[in-house]
Amino acid sequence: MNRVLLFVPVIFFAILGFVFYTMMEHDPSELQSARLNQPFPAFQLTDLEKPELTRDQSALQGEPMLVNVWATWCPACRAEHAYLVHLAEQKNVAIIGLNYKDQRQAANEWLVKLGDPYRFSIFDQEGRLGLDLGVYGAPETYVVDADGIIRYRHVGVVNEKVWQEKLSPWFPAISGSGVPAS
Amino acid sequence: MNPLRSFFLSLALSMIVGTSLATVDVYEFSDEDKYERYKVLTEELRCPKCQNQNIADSDAQIAKDLRQEVHRLVEAGQSDDQVVSFMVERYGDFVRYRPAMEGAMLGLWWGPVVIVLTGIPLLVFWVRRRRQADAGSIERGLDDQEKQRLKRLLDKDEGDRQ
Amino acid sequence: MILPEFGHFALILAFGLAILLAVVPLIGAWLGDRLWMQMARPFTGLMTLLILLSFITLTLAFLKDDFSVAYVAGHSNSLLPWYYKMSAVWGGHEGSLLLWALILAGWTFAVSRFSKALPEDMVARVLGILGIVNAGFLSFIIIKSSPFERILPNIPPDGADLNPLLQDFGLIVHPPLLYMGYVGFSVAFAFALAALLGGKLDAAWARWSRPWTTVAWAFLTLGIALGSWWAYYELGWGGWWFWDPVENASLMPWLAGTALMHSLAVTEKRGLFKSWTVLLAIFTFSLSLLGTFLVRSGILTSVHAFASDPDRGFYILALLAVTIGGSLLLYALRAPVVKSRIGFSERSRETFLLMNNIILVTATLTVLGGTLFPLFAEMAGKEVSVGAPYFDAMFSFLTPLLVAFLCVGIFSHWKDTRPGLLKRQIPVPLIAAIPFAFLIPMTQGDLAFMPVLGSFLAVWLLFATIRDISQKVSGRRSLWAGWMKTRRSYKGMVFGHLGLAVMIMGAALVSAYTIEKDVRMAPGDEATLGGLVYRFERLAHYEGPNFISDRAYFVVSSDSGRQIADLHAEKRRYVVSGSIMTEAGIQAGFFRDLYVSLGEPLPGQDAWAVRLHIKPFVRWLWLGALLMAIGGALAVADPRYRQKARAKAPASAGDAEAGNTAVSVQEGGQA
Repeated sequence: MNRVLLFVPVIFFAILGFVFYTMMEHDPSELQSARLNQPFPAFQLTDLEKPELTRDQSALQGEPMLVNVWATWCPACRAEHAYLVHLAEQKNVAIIGLNYKDQRQAANEWLVKLGDPYRFSIFDQEGRLGLDLGVYGAPETYVVDADGIIRYRHVGVVNEKVWQEKLSPWFPAISGSGVPAS
Repeated sequence: MNPLRSFFLSLALSMIVGTSLATVDVYEFSDEDKYERYKVLTEELRCPKCQNQNIADSDAQIAKDLRQEVHRLVEAGQSDDQVVSFMVERYGDFVRYRPAMEGAMLGLWWGPVVIVLTGIPLLVFWVRRRRQADAGSIERGLDDQEKQRLKRLLDKDEGDRQ
Repeated sequence: MILPEFGHFALILAFGLAILLAVVPLIGAWLGDRLWMQMARPFTGLMTLLILLSFITLTLAFLKDDFSVAYVAGHSNSLLPWYYKMSAVWGGHEGSLLLWALILAGWTFAVSRFSKALPEDMVARVLGILGIVNAGFLSFIIIKSSPFERILPNIPPDGADLNPLLQDFGLIVHPPLLYMGYVGFSVAFAFALAALLGGKLDAAWARWSRPWTTVAWAFLTLGIALGSWWAYYELGWGGWWFWDPVENASLMPWLAGTALMHSLAVTEKRGLFKSWTVLLAIFTFSLSLLGTFLVRSGILTSVHAFASDPDRGFYILALLAVTIGGSLLLYALRAPVVKSRIGFSERSRETFLLMNNIILVTATLTVLGGTLFPLFAEMAGKEVSVGAPYFDAMFSFLTPLLVAFLCVGIFSHWKDTRPGLLKRQIPVPLIAAIPFAFLIPMTQGDLAFMPVLGSFLAVWLLFATIRDISQKVSGRRSLWAGWMKTRRSYKGMVFGHLGLAVMIMGAALVSAYTIEKDVRMAPGDEATLGGLVYRFERLAHYEGPNFISDRAYFVVSSDSGRQIADLHAEKRRYVVSGSIMTEAGIQAGFFRDLYVSLGEPLPGQDAWAVRLHIKPFVRWLWLGALLMAIGGALAVADPRYRQKARAKAPASAGDAEAGNTAVSVQEGGQA
């Protein structure tokens, strides 16, 4: 037998160890959006505040915007709400709400009480649009660019750190920095 | 025909539950075959939010929603492939416990088959060739050379300690 | 009053001794210094004693509800019954690691006790290597995972309670058994490395390793089976194996260990495949370590993983790099590459055992690949899952192959088997099994491919084993009398193989013929499943020591109205943690289990979603494992291992002799 062959196991193990080393910091529970770099899914849903108004995907075009999935039953949504209001009012970020599997009245009361950071909110009581988007829990926040293409998804609470590191690069007009190369 | 709606009422309960709670929904199916397909599909689809669990076993809200969706699609006459691609389109390849047979996954699927089906014939071939090279002699026990080496090593060891 | 600080201090001392154990005897063996080598045993004894003391300290902290200890506060509660307080010691990361260390020290100590007949330098090397492993794990506990850390000055008034999933008999016993198996493979590992270091890779080395490997394997078999049984009755959805990374982590060393046992047989009896067997010994224990890493680093998503902590992950990874990387490097540098003459034919027992090894190692690599594939994919920026459908498919391919080679190879002899003999022996059991392949599934339901295949394999294996026994004992008055005369190691092999047959039968039938139904039921309602009537009698509310429970009483009767079983299924809410647990109502039977579990309460007077199951042959899975473990115990009880221990002759000479006689006596004998 050739001694070189005996080195195969240790080399194999070294590769494995390298993979473990590089992957250690990553969080296996974080999931990419399957809709990344695809157009926002088509929908026809009523406006939350104005039930007589029907919204569709064409409203999500023209400038980069955030689509924030929220609901009154979601405690984490309450936690991020104040920061969303801050983004909308201080930085003039375009934020569209996606009110997910919620009650219309409760949702409207919430917006009156906590402030309304949204240009408008889409009322998705059945969760159909949520399903089409691949939402698996609120809150989630999507970056949709001027052409209506989904560019990024953040799962969990949006705060200053998330805005600075993950979201603002997609809003060059606001943050002043360029769009990341990817 | 609408008992599943009522399940959302138990939302409050589900929020405090860990991974261990068995889930039981009560769906109705128009025929037995659809029920069987529903069972297999929900067992082979992974809950996107949970720790490693399929949507049949998981108690998370999203798993309930997806079960409901699978029920709807199966009842609407969609094929298994259509249901799976519906889910993959929305939640990515992550949701299928049965990895697609494409790209690098081909190696995963065929690797073990290839190793075994080439390894065993190769072994037989190798044994035959080596033995023919050894002129067909069949040794008894350790061959002489090895016995000597063993003895030498043991003797040496004995010597070391004195 | 024994303070937790004492436990911590004892661990630090134990670490110091582990370092001494790792250094002194190995240098002694290198220099040939007897005194230094002889230090191995006292170091081992003292180290084990200190770890034991540390473990007792922690147990006392639990029993006395010392919530100033963070680990106790996190995993116990004053309401917990005392036996769960004891088992809560290994209910979390830190304590279970201490149990790991204790068991490792226990194995080390056992080696030092039962190695009187071994050459001194071998003992020194083996204990030294175990000392390195001990030192690694002790340092990990002391630096990154001490269970003795205090929460001061704000001592919580009560503890957060043990995870209710673990408040169960199965989980009292499961981790110790599993660790006995995992950690037990460290002995074979240490023997292999010692042989590499000493350059004495001979039949004697394999002979010393064999009983240790078999014992560890038997423990691991029991541990895995117990885990599966626990998941079946405790998780409430009637499954018995989920291919979760944590389960895979225990299955991999088991598969590799099974290969190792067979390969050690060849190396011992025939002095062959030495390099391969050494590699397998390293591989098996490496997989145990890898399992520990996967479970505790949080690198993979799993249902039962410990809380993820990359910091700990890096530390274990460093430990792996040293132990696995170091041993594989040593292997690459020192394994013999002598091209020996090949003294066996393609029909020999050696060849069949090699085929067994190819299949089992492929199975191990399949589980490894499937478990780690998502990680590799993630590196390439893709998220994929590999789950039950994949593993089921792979094992439905590998298992039949394994059984087929087993049923042929069982008749083979060492070195060569006459083709005539194989032609005479193989067909009878094979053909006799065919009718059963159809008859057995027909008792359960419609014929389908998998249950027919499974029944065929199980019955074929049974018949082949019986035929082998009858061949072996031909000349005796009766099969039974002959069987009683066979060696214990042979009986062990028979039990092991029959265990496999029983397990295959169980897996094939329960997978194919389980029937289940989800129904809405309120007290007084009836549901039928598989010709049986399940009646929901009443719902009761009761309080346990630390939980409150809704208990549903069911009566199962046959068509004719005869009552068959009383089942009670529960939904418990554990007060402290607020978690909700399902206790399934099960009537266990040899041929089928009746199984009821409660889902969620539905609107309406006491209405619940209820899942009813009938699970045929599910017990056979664990019965098979039990038979395998008994097989392992029998094999180890074989007198030849004890004879050797009793030998008074100068150690090394005696062993060389034993090795050689074994070879000549065992000709035509059994692995």
